[in-house]
Amino acid sequence: MEHIRTTKVEQVKLLDRFATNNKSLTGTLYLTATHLLFIDSLQKETWILHHHIASVEKLALTTSGCPLVIQCKNFRIVHFIVPRERDCHDIYNSLLQLSKQAKYEDLYAFSYNPKQNDSERLQGWQLIDLAEEYKRMGVPNSHWELSDANQEYKICETYPRELYVPWTAKKTVIVGSSKFRSKGRFPVLSYYHQDKKAAICRCSQPLSGFSARCMEDERLLEAISKANPVNCYMYVVDTRPKLNAMANRAAGKGYENEDNYSSIRFQFVGIENIHVMRSSLQKLLEVNGTKGLSVNDFYSGLESSGWLRHIKAVMDAAIFLARAIMVENASVLVHCSDGWDRTSQVCSLGSLLLDSYYRTIRGFMVLIEKDWISFGHKFSERCGHLDGDPKEVSPVFTQFLECVWHLTEQFPQAFEFNEAFLLQIHEHIHSCQFGNFLGNCQKEREELKLKEKTYSLWPFLLEDQKKYLNPLYSSKSHRFIVLEPNTVSFNFKFWRNMYHQFDQTLHPRQSVFNIIMNMNEQNKQLEKDIKDLESKIKQRKNKQTDDILTKELLHSVHPESPTLKTSLCFKEQTRLPVNDSLRTIEGSSPADNRYSEYAEEFSKSEPAVVSLEYGVARMTC
Amino acid sequence: MEFAELIKTPRVDNVVLHRPFYPAVEGTLCLTGHHLILSSRQDNTEELWLLHSNIDAIDKRFVGSLGTIIIKCKDFRIIQLDIPGMEECLNIASSIEALSTLDSITLMYPFFYRPMFEVIEDGWHSFLPEQEFKLYSSATSQWRLSYVNKEFAVCPTYPPIVIVPESIDDETLRKVATFRHGGRFPVLSYYHQKSKRVIMRSGQPLTGTNGRRCKEDEKLINATLRAGSRGYIIDTRSLNVAQQARAKGGGFEQEAHYPQWRRIHKSIERYHILQESLIKLVEACNDQTHNMDRWLSKLEASNWLTHIKEILTAACLVAQCIDREEASVLIHGTEGTDSTLQVTSLAQIILEPRSRTIRGFEALIEREWLQAGHPFQQRCAQSAYCNTKQKWEAPVFLLFLDCVWQILRQFPCSFEFNENFLIMLFEHAYASQFGTFLGNSESERCKLKLQQKTMSLWSWVNQPSKLSKYTNPLFEANNLVIWPSVAPQSLLLWEGI
Repeated sequence: MEHIRTTKVEQVKLLDRFATNNKSLTGTLYLTATHLLFIDSLQKETWILHHHIASVEKLALTTSGCPLVIQCKNFRIVHFIVPRERDCHDIYNSLLQLSKQAKYEDLYAFSYNPKQNDSERLQGWQLIDLAEEYKRMGVPNSHWELSDANQEYKICETYPRELYVPWTAKKTVIVGSSKFRSKGRFPVLSYYHQDKKAAICRCSQPLSGFSARCMEDERLLEAISKANPVNCYMYVVDTRPKLNAMANRAAGKGYENEDNYSSIRFQFVGIENIHVMRSSLQKLLEVNGTKGLSVNDFYSGLESSGWLRHIKAVMDAAIFLARAIMVENASVLVHCSDGWDRTSQVCSLGSLLLDSYYRTIRGFMVLIEKDWISFGHKFSERCGHLDGDPKEVSPVFTQFLECVWHLTEQFPQAFEFNEAFLLQIHEHIHSCQFGNFLGNCQKEREELKLKEKTYSLWPFLLEDQKKYLNPLYSSKSHRFIVLEPNTVSFNFKFWRNMYHQFDQTLHPRQSVFNIIMNMNEQNKQLEKDIKDLESKIKQRKNKQTDDILTKELLHSVHPESPTLKTSLCFKEQTRLPVNDSLRTIEGSSPADNRYSEYAEEFSKSEPAVVSLEYGVARMTC
Repeated sequence: MEFAELIKTPRVDNVVLHRPFYPAVEGTLCLTGHHLILSSRQDNTEELWLLHSNIDAIDKRFVGSLGTIIIKCKDFRIIQLDIPGMEECLNIASSIEALSTLDSITLMYPFFYRPMFEVIEDGWHSFLPEQEFKLYSSATSQWRLSYVNKEFAVCPTYPPIVIVPESIDDETLRKVATFRHGGRFPVLSYYHQKSKRVIMRSGQPLTGTNGRRCKEDEKLINATLRAGSRGYIIDTRSLNVAQQARAKGGGFEQEAHYPQWRRIHKSIERYHILQESLIKLVEACNDQTHNMDRWLSKLEASNWLTHIKEILTAACLVAQCIDREEASVLIHGTEGTDSTLQVTSLAQIILEPRSRTIRGFEALIEREWLQAGHPFQQRCAQSAYCNTKQKWEAPVFLLFLDCVWQILRQFPCSFEFNENFLIMLFEHAYASQFGTFLGNSESERCKLKLQQKTMSLWSWVNQPSKLSKYTNPLFEANNLVIWPSVAPQSLLLWEGI
């Protein structure tokens, strides 16, 4: 609280980011310990969590006041004009302090209280159980076993305690191999395909330099390939571009030499590193923020940012994994440099393609817990939770979500969840409201006592499950239905709902999704009505059988029931459009859109109120 | 029968057909006067019937005695036929080439097509101008039907019946026609009931370099304004282009002579620029190299989406003038047969709920495209693959359909028809068994006696069994004006095509 000097500023203007005519809303700005709140004259509230703020900028003073531009990690950009410079300066300084915390303990998650007691909190944390998940995959079995080597985080600090390795790999082999791998991240099991008996394994780069080799590491890889009874060779996928991997050799790191390992096939897939990704997203956002953007500028900007090229590279790598397992029955070992960014992307996407369980809401949570959280993707550093090195920040997880979104676009029926689910997860990796994504590895999380001091996100998402259901989902009973996405370039589109999620004017005005959801709801309600009515008929029937006098009535009731049913079914269809409550059509105001360069000219003759009147046009449907 | 002369080899066995996304099929290839038929014989399920008029270009290749013909269709399909035997292959190729480039319209398939279905409603009489006018006449008495163009004498590209202001007599219309490009004097395109304002369209005024004026023209368009109100003239060319047009006798309305009108220039590209754009777009789509940067730069270089944006922007501006400003609008480009029609028809889709229904949309195409004299024959003779470029080739109608699709994407519940309906219209505009899109204007269609000799597309589409395929299940009549967003991020590439 000591950072807040001004809690309330009135007469603040919120500018529309894309309007060419400097349209604005006037309202009051409040600063609380956790949020920045703006309430405009229409009583619409805009809440911005301090942790979401990526940057605050104070622009040069203008005649109308002091402009303040806030960029958020969830791609919201707000542009305020504060009438007095002093207020602006105070808010600016407060936000700078509040958005960058130095200690984990100051983050929102440690003060957030959703009114749950301790046992509920504990239950929430136990919702996703990885031991259960490995059991589901079918391990331990005759080839794979649980290793206790890392029980005390002695071999690798960034790995979880429980690790699965081939049963032939003895502890000495594991210890030896971990010494030969960057950060001690030796090859372990990430996903086991029960049908094909093939595995996806992950590790970090070997410390091979130009010629070094390690017998234990070679034996561990051999053990992995032997654990696959069908196919004797395995793929080793280095997700880096070849040039980067070669450069690493000079630093004593590098990649596997095919001659030293008995049964591997080595492959580069060329995904760029975190720094390239960070600047790529930066460029993309710059292009999108331009006012009055032309179609050509948009596409050349999209191209030069390279963002979609990177997405495609990640996707291609995951497809390579899925093919190796499905077509060739071969196990795959994936690594990059440290094995926590690109490796996580590729392993998790590969599993998602292979196993339909990960395409359900709960399964997707498990996937994130397993390949991202437990295997030490450095969420706190990559998302910039604390005031740290800006060079460590990178949208690696965002890219993963975008890849999943592309898959949902190509396979609209394959996923139990919808886009809103992905957006919500993206929101919370930055929000620091829940403990799941705090810290950089399991060891750090245990030290922070997150399970005692914070709450888990997953139970809250499950509670709101309805919002995140995909109405088109068809659950097939078969577990191993492989998705084979088409990676022709024109299938990769710009994800408008992510990068412009707060720019209402850019979105379609009617959503098929919502309508189908509403219809489903209504159908359920009507089905319930049918059941109620049927049970009522039954009740009456029973009563009547007791009562002999009204026996004749029974006959008239009984044959009627099927007709009643059909008439209800018929009603279902006819009532739907009528039943729907009042719905607003957004975008019925032309001022929302950007085509009118003549808008100013036009609005001279009309008072500005007119557009507000039309703004919320209501209709019955 | 002269088709027989063109067909050198009517039948070849053991031909293999390759299509993208389908398994290869082996069968017998037959050539008829209008179709290329490939049947696998064993199971009569797989048959390919391809109209010769749908063929845009063909390539031949030989490997040993195996010949390969690659057929590129106007609907952007590419199919490949492997034909054993050099001679057969050459014969087939030259036959196809000859048959797909027939000069005479009367040899086209629609003149030979006999419908296999019972005609419930004759499409030629579905959308008569008199009926359309009835919709307006109940709301306003300011307009009348004029039969001045009965013999196509005043304007060869207009239909015999046009709607003009009540107070203007036919003699004045004749004079105005001499002042407008192609005799296309201003006529009513759309009457907006809510604001009681109108959209009119015409050809460019023939002011020339010395600034000719025509009192009758001024009188005509002023007759559409109420006392004291102002109107907008939307020129679909940039000011520069319009000024250059003066050298060729064309031009634009001078403010001094039209004091009640404000002129706005909204540049929309035309002719070969659009054609090139389409060619580049299709080329980019067929590029199989899977390279992301190349794809994006090709998409950008095609400028296709830029054109879409320009057209939508202009249409939205018109709709805004009518609905918000309550001002009447006159739209013209050079001839008033291309970009003008794109803008007037799209503005109606934005403004008028009726035009978002299937019948309303058919009426719109009939009125604003066919009767208004969009030269379908010229514009749609070739598509993206043809090498011989004609100056008048342009995917104007396709662009319009794409724009409709963009609006449909943004308002998925406001249209009674779906994407398939638009694709069907596109296919039939380029190659069809129906006579609807033949000819360049009503007068040509009259001369060809299309009504008597061919079937109308609408007779076929408006059968209930066909309509179900084109109906949008989510349609809920929406009586509001819909305002699409034209930001680049909101525009997508139409994958259906």
